[in-house]
Amino acid sequence: MRLLGLAAFYHDSAAALIEDGLVVAAAQEERFTRKKHDASFPARAIQYCLDAGGVDLDGIDHVVFFEKPLIKFERLLETYLANAPRGFQSFRRAMPLWIKDKLFQKSNLEKALKEFAPSGKIAPGKLLFAEHHQSHAASAFFPSPFEEAVVLTMDGVGEWATASVAIGHGNTLEPVREIRWPHSIGLLYSAFTYYTGFKVNSGEYKVMGLAPYGEPRYADMILEHLVDLKEDGSFWLDQSYFNYATGLTMTSRKFHDLFGGPPRDPEAPLTQRHMDLAASVQKVTEKIMLRMVRNLAKAYEIENLCLAGGVALNCVANGKLLRDGAFKRIWIQPAAGDAGGAVGCALAAYHQHFARPRQLSGELDGMHGSYLGPEYAQAEIESRLAAAGARFSSVGEPQLYEQTCDALEAGHAVGWFQGRMEFGPRALGGRSILGDPRNPQMQKTLNLKVKYRESFRPFAPSVLREYVDEYFELDVDSPYMLLVADVKRNRRRAMSAEEKTLFGIDKLNVIRSDIPAVTHVDYSARIQTVHAQTNPRYHALLSAFNRRTGCPVLVNTSFNVRGEPIVCTPEDSFRCFMGTEMETLVIGNAMLRKEEQQPHLVEDYKNMFDAD
Amino acid sequence: MLSLAGELFAYMNARKKWWLLPILLVLMAFGGLIILAQGSAVAPFIYTVF
Repeated sequence: MRLLGLAAFYHDSAAALIEDGLVVAAAQEERFTRKKHDASFPARAIQYCLDAGGVDLDGIDHVVFFEKPLIKFERLLETYLANAPRGFQSFRRAMPLWIKDKLFQKSNLEKALKEFAPSGKIAPGKLLFAEHHQSHAASAFFPSPFEEAVVLTMDGVGEWATASVAIGHGNTLEPVREIRWPHSIGLLYSAFTYYTGFKVNSGEYKVMGLAPYGEPRYADMILEHLVDLKEDGSFWLDQSYFNYATGLTMTSRKFHDLFGGPPRDPEAPLTQRHMDLAASVQKVTEKIMLRMVRNLAKAYEIENLCLAGGVALNCVANGKLLRDGAFKRIWIQPAAGDAGGAVGCALAAYHQHFARPRQLSGELDGMHGSYLGPEYAQAEIESRLAAAGARFSSVGEPQLYEQTCDALEAGHAVGWFQGRMEFGPRALGGRSILGDPRNPQMQKTLNLKVKYRESFRPFAPSVLREYVDEYFELDVDSPYMLLVADVKRNRRRAMSAEEKTLFGIDKLNVIRSDIPAVTHVDYSARIQTVHAQTNPRYHALLSAFNRRTGCPVLVNTSFNVRGEPIVCTPEDSFRCFMGTEMETLVIGNAMLRKEEQQPHLVEDYKNMFDAD
Repeated sequence: MLSLAGELFAYMNARKKWWLLPILLVLMAFGGLIILAQGSAVAPFIYTVF
């Protein structure tokens, strides 16, 4: 049975192809359209999935959409009714969208899907709908390596649910609890994202990165005024401090009065207060998650926990859940945000609606390292590069690793484009920019010359799985960069009192460990363990680097600049290479050096994308 | 439009939310009026919750 899962019209549109319960292909639309967080109908992602499966839409048994628009509309109407006449501005803005478009989502989807069916028809009943949190839960449990697990999903909001708990067993997934709109841990975090001057839905990651610079001075205030946290980890948010339910902003005047001023203008400088606010909301989020998870472990006495939903991308909190030990094992869906709903809704239909059996894939999970996107054969890479005017030399595998190590040791930022593109927000060695983590200048080089992003943001390490416990306080798989742990004590260097007062890149640039480029100011690191089974080339490169330098770690950051979706094609990566100060690019077996390229191909890349 | 009416009917039946029917009709009529009266600039959502 072939199923096509779709997530769209909210943020991060995506498509996924499932064949007999196995995830065959998945990709986000933004990678093809080059529009970050593209929410439009995922036409190009669908075409990719169909091509990857060698089918057209007539060969697909069912198409599954990741949420139920009419129940969302019900939530919207009931919210407006409950708050009337407050919320008229929001109502006035929302209704035209729904009446003109969103209410007709089923027929609109069918119409758009017909383009992919040679028959020109979509049979009645071919299009199915799953619930938003059901899609998240299915994406967290069915591809996990567990026969049985507690499944916790947390995000902004779906239809009504903002967090849900389900018990997964074999091919069943039984919902047992949920927290409903407008009480939302995701929207609490987003409210602070907005208040500290970052973009909601993309800036949450920055708030998490900013938190270690601050003290959680406002955490008690948040818990006292904003959040009524119960013993079991459930909570209520005092809506008088927020404005997202009926207004056009996230926070209310009462919120601003409580925290001492209006939201930060995105262009205004970051101050200690903003860092303290970030630290505070991070601490409260961790407290809520820890309480929820401890309670679930006690209530259900199951050893495994699966996580999904946008909040599960909070890898700092995930690391704390792991260290807390309430659950023996934790598995997190790599595309934990809405894009992952495309995988989840299709799996929910397969196992829950059609009651098809589930096959565990042994030690490994069912996401194949999240390498589920397009790939290019060497001949195609070469012809595409030649057409783009690139100058390159193709080398054999041993030389490829040696020459890449040469570049890394020389302090170069190296574009690394290999195999299938990753599904989910993290680059995992398929579409990555790599650097030498021992190099004290690497952080600065990558932030300012290659990524053009905020100076306070740290970089993440990739480490051979076999060596993770020699460098970090972690000894489990973390293939999706969703767990944060500290650098080992014996590899750290203490900061002086003077160094501690520095901020941003100045503080990040202080040498704090053997691997300074990937050590955050609190000695934490967002770890990716690299496995030979899922990414043999990246594993081979790390092994070669380790043989040569004694360091099995590399800096791994996504192959893009600020505001740009991660590259998808060889042409995208060549354009990014030419538009930044990256010195070396490796695409398949093709090596490209900046000094050999034609100068007229350099573009003004930095200003090509809107800041995220 | 007919298929939407069918979907709404099926939805209200499944969710046992028949009480929404008159409200839905009024709100949709009201929303329709807003569409007709559209033209003035409306501030965008910072975060769309739907």
